[in-house]
Amino acid sequence: MRSLLYTPERRIAVIGFLVAAVLISMASWGEIRTMSLLIEFFYLLALSQLWNLLAGYAGLVSVGQQAWIGIGGYALLVMADDFGIPLGLAFLLVGVVAALLSYPAAKLLFRLRGGYYAIGTWVVSEVFYLLISGSTSWSGGGLGRSLQAARFIQPPAMRITLVYVIAVVLAIGSIALVYYLMRSRLGLGLTAIRDSEMGAASLGVNVNKLKLFVYVVCAAGTAIVGALIYLNALNIIPKAAFSVNWTAYMIFMVVIGGIGTIEGPIFGTIVFFLLRQYLSDFGEWSLIILGCAAVIIMLVAPQGLWGIIRGRSQIELFPVRRKLSPNFEKSE
Amino acid sequence: MDWLNAIVQGILLGGLYALYGTGLSLIFGVMRIVNLAHGDFIVLAAYLSLVVTQIAGLSPFATILAVVPLLFVFGYVLQKTVLNRALTGNLLPPVVITFGISIILQNALQLIFSPNSQGLDAGSLETASIQLGRLNIGWVPFITLITAIVVLAILQLFLTRTALGRAFRATSDNPGIAELMGINSRQIYGIALGLSLAIVALAGILLGIRTNFAPAEGPARLLFAFETVIIGGLGNLWGTLIGGIILGIAQVIGASFNPGWFQLAGHVVTLLVLAFLPSGLFPRTREL
Amino acid sequence: MAPILQLQSVSKSFGALQVINQISLDVKEGETLGILGPNGAGKTTLLNLISGDLALDTGTIFFLGEPVHSIPASRRCQLGIGRTNQIPKPFEGMTVLENVLVGATYGQNKSQNEGYKKSAEVLELTGLYDQRDKLAGNLRLLERKRLELARALATNPDLLLLDEIAGGLTDHEVAELLTVIRTLKEQGRTIIWIEHIVHALVSAADRIVAINFGSVLIEGNPASILENPMFRQVYLGVETEITAKDHA
Repeated sequence: MRSLLYTPERRIAVIGFLVAAVLISMASWGEIRTMSLLIEFFYLLALSQLWNLLAGYAGLVSVGQQAWIGIGGYALLVMADDFGIPLGLAFLLVGVVAALLSYPAAKLLFRLRGGYYAIGTWVVSEVFYLLISGSTSWSGGGLGRSLQAARFIQPPAMRITLVYVIAVVLAIGSIALVYYLMRSRLGLGLTAIRDSEMGAASLGVNVNKLKLFVYVVCAAGTAIVGALIYLNALNIIPKAAFSVNWTAYMIFMVVIGGIGTIEGPIFGTIVFFLLRQYLSDFGEWSLIILGCAAVIIMLVAPQGLWGIIRGRSQIELFPVRRKLSPNFEKSE
Repeated sequence: MDWLNAIVQGILLGGLYALYGTGLSLIFGVMRIVNLAHGDFIVLAAYLSLVVTQIAGLSPFATILAVVPLLFVFGYVLQKTVLNRALTGNLLPPVVITFGISIILQNALQLIFSPNSQGLDAGSLETASIQLGRLNIGWVPFITLITAIVVLAILQLFLTRTALGRAFRATSDNPGIAELMGINSRQIYGIALGLSLAIVALAGILLGIRTNFAPAEGPARLLFAFETVIIGGLGNLWGTLIGGIILGIAQVIGASFNPGWFQLAGHVVTLLVLAFLPSGLFPRTREL
Repeated sequence: MAPILQLQSVSKSFGALQVINQISLDVKEGETLGILGPNGAGKTTLLNLISGDLALDTGTIFFLGEPVHSIPASRRCQLGIGRTNQIPKPFEGMTVLENVLVGATYGQNKSQNEGYKKSAEVLELTGLYDQRDKLAGNLRLLERKRLELARALATNPDLLLLDEIAGGLTDHEVAELLTVIRTLKEQGRTIIWIEHIVHALVSAADRIVAINFGSVLIEGNPASILENPMFRQVYLGVETEITAKDHA
């Protein structure tokens, strides 16, 4: 047992599996209502982790991630209903579709810097939106369409349980993805880029290649989450699927929790989720409050809630610092 | 399809977009940030004009005298109190803060004015037009185009001929050195956002006279402003006018094939420019 | 033997300012070339052109027989060109070890695990081993200078570009640095070193090139350069001073 827990990676893997097992076991004993609620929490958690990877670690501050949610939803529908691809396989292929679409998009977007890059991502999302809402033949146009293939999963409670399990896997999986990426060689390069792009380049880091990789991974991941969202909702309307509000939520969760850390988005998602339960009756006010909160946090405590907690207690749930292992102790 | 008419209407529409783009690129030129709430300020200006016409019973054109100074002050105060604190060299805070402001403005407008669209009433001028053969040139679009040209000319004179304008350019080149020359860059930034929003105010009022507007339309205006700047070339004043005109022509031609392609055509042209002319049609000049 | 680095008619201007004007230069393998020149002579720009941090306007740069003037800095680093910056620019949010590890993995195009070994080695050589877990943002100037060198060495460069690495150090620290540089020479590395501290440069360099206004003015072995009256006049500005002393 000791050796199993020797490195931080293994410790976190063990804890991660335990948490996932407990959450998944809820599928057998939990109430359907609770699970429906938690589905939303887990997909929001996955979305915030992915946006954080993109903006917090790769410096690609995007306001167009809704593009991939919409693409994910529509790709699932088209593959499962129109091409008759089994739902499970279609679900995985959604990631491939998004990756293939995101590559040329990134090639164009990387010609833009900073704020202009951000708006560029929005334009890309609008292009997908207009193409899909404009063609009534296959997409159902502005009215959208619904996922027929999922109707065969009966009874409805069975589908909710299934969606719940996938949501847990995606949420834990996205945390694992970010953690192991950041511990890897790629994470080393990304952290260097975050601190100084030029410095990283002159030490051999191919800045654009790394960013491109992260962009494509985040697009594919977000699309898979999008597919899950519509496996849950069953009906998709382009206006909602490609709504910039998705990205607004992602930004809010990451900024409130603390950008550039793995813990931050987890805290941010909890806060956002709770706030939303209480604010849901307030219509426009809820978004005004969320917007104000993001602005104030950015000005007053840019490290977010997790930054405040860590500043006081120095704890780290996901250590990503690299140390020399004992094998390389000084040779004297 | 009537190409000549489409091009003329596109050019006229380009005047409005040039106004959108000028405000956006002005602050990018001076302080290297992009205001994601730019489009929402355009819509805000239209609503402010609406309120003034209703309270004071003025013509929308007369509300320029109230709304332009109001938004100038608003921009100045916003920069001094909020955005100056976000200029840390890190690109994240300005993006998040201006995006937050965008969401706040959009929802506040919706709360106050309802999501329904409204228009400014400029009387018979709204539909008045000049007939040139088979061409139909609306007075309002024509005035808008002239306004854009005048604004750009004034801005160029301001940047090249006045002490304050030179301070703008010095700050744009290197805020550190500008400080050494006795220029207070934070003050310059305040005035820059003020000027940007003053131009936005003009654009918003002209938009409101020309067509109906609704609280949720801000982001679309932001994208048009962005596309104008990207097509014209970053930091090139007159490029902005050409960029707006090309965007306008693309949209009008797109819409003439299919009404749904109005925006799409503009997006596609922008992406094509990015793919083949990454610095835009007119790369950065010494102006800003 | 073909030179390891060959610059042919390299030019660079910023706007109307010609910073590098038609410089041609050959550097032999294993040679330590010192570059002297007053502030603004274009020394750092020259290094930036070689390392790829700046793109040249005209001319060619050959490294190990291959043209490199149009490939990005990251690729040049992997081919074997390492550099230090005059003003240290560590990755402030990373530890000293992690800073070095970036060079050791990406610069050598190796896996992270392989990179640890090289990192430990250069940390020892540069005397930073005990500081390895410190955040680079918290280092003092001397340590930052050492980290610049450590990061560049971690990329295992055949050609090492040093930009005023002795500037701001005490005599004792300069002596320590010279020991490190001698070790590097013994390892057979080619070095181009820009320095204002002339005695340090003279004691380490095999050849010295003096540049001004972006052009090579004179070059030769260190002793001959120091004797050259034009050099004393233009670069050290000490001719009159020394003459005055001689007559006193």
